[in-house]
Amino acid sequence: MADTDLPVTTEQQADATILRPGGEIDLGRAPSLRAKLSEVLRRKPPRLVVDLSAVAYMDSSCVATLIEALQLARKQQTTFVLCGLQPRVRSIFEIARLQTVFRIEPDLSAALAGSPPP
Amino acid sequence: MTRPATPPDLRLEMLSQPRFLTAARAMVGQLAQRLGFNEKQAGLISLAIDEALCNVINHGYQRRPDGPIVLNLWAVDPASGGPGLRVLIEDRARAVDPCTIRSRNLDEIRPGGLGVHIIREVMDEVTYEKREGGGMRLLLYKRVPSGDAGGKE
Repeated sequence: MADTDLPVTTEQQADATILRPGGEIDLGRAPSLRAKLSEVLRRKPPRLVVDLSAVAYMDSSCVATLIEALQLARKQQTTFVLCGLQPRVRSIFEIARLQTVFRIEPDLSAALAGSPPP
Repeated sequence: MTRPATPPDLRLEMLSQPRFLTAARAMVGQLAQRLGFNEKQAGLISLAIDEALCNVINHGYQRRPDGPIVLNLWAVDPASGGPGLRVLIEDRARAVDPCTIRSRNLDEIRPGGLGVHIIREVMDEVTYEKREGGGMRLLLYKRVPSGDAGGKE
C-alpha cells in the first residue's frame, strides 16, 4: 500500500452504503478518500454513511473532501451521514462550525436508524 | 514580532511532501503534552501546525515536492520566558503579502480555505512575515493555560 492510500472498506446494509476509512486522513490521504467517495456516490445510493470510528485524525483537507461529498450527495438526493467521530476528529468540525451542516450521529446504529430492514 | 534570538530547542527540516506531516504532528503533539497542555489542547496545536505546513505545501510550493520547510520549536516563549510553545515555520516558497492571508467566511459552506481559520482559532499569536531573501515565516505562540482560567482550548 502506498503511503497515500487510505485503508477503507465498504459495506451494504439495506439501502445504506457504509464507508469505513481508517487511520489518519491528511493532505496526503484525502485524495484517496475523495476517490472512494466519488466511486460510491456515482452509484447514487439512497444513503451513504461514513463511519469515522477508526479515523484517529483528520485535517481540513479531509473536511473539504467531506463537504464536497455532502454537496454532491444533496444534489442527487443521497442522504449523507457521518458517525463515530472520535473527540479529536469532532473538534475540527466544531472549530470549522460544521457540526450542524453535516448530519452527525454518535454511532452506526443511529446513522442507520430509519433505513428499511435488510 | 520577529524571529526569536535564541536557537530553537527542537528543529525539524522536511521536504514539502504530505507524507512527512504525520511526523511533524507527532513531534509537536507529544512535546505540547510534555509542556503541560492537556491531550485536547495538544491535539489542536498539532492540527494548527499541520494546517500551517499544508498551506506551505499547497499554496507556497504549489505541491512541488522538493521545497524545504523548517519547523522550529521553543519550549518557552523566548521573549517573555512565559510557559508555552513558540513555533516558527520558515520556507523558501512563493512570498505573499501577509495582509492577504485571511480566514474565510465560515458562513460559506464550501470545500477548502479552513486552514488559516483553524490556525487563528487555536493559537494565541499568529504572525506571517516575508523572509529576507525569499519565502515566508510564520510565528506562532500558544501559552499553557494556568488552572481553570486557561486560554483558548
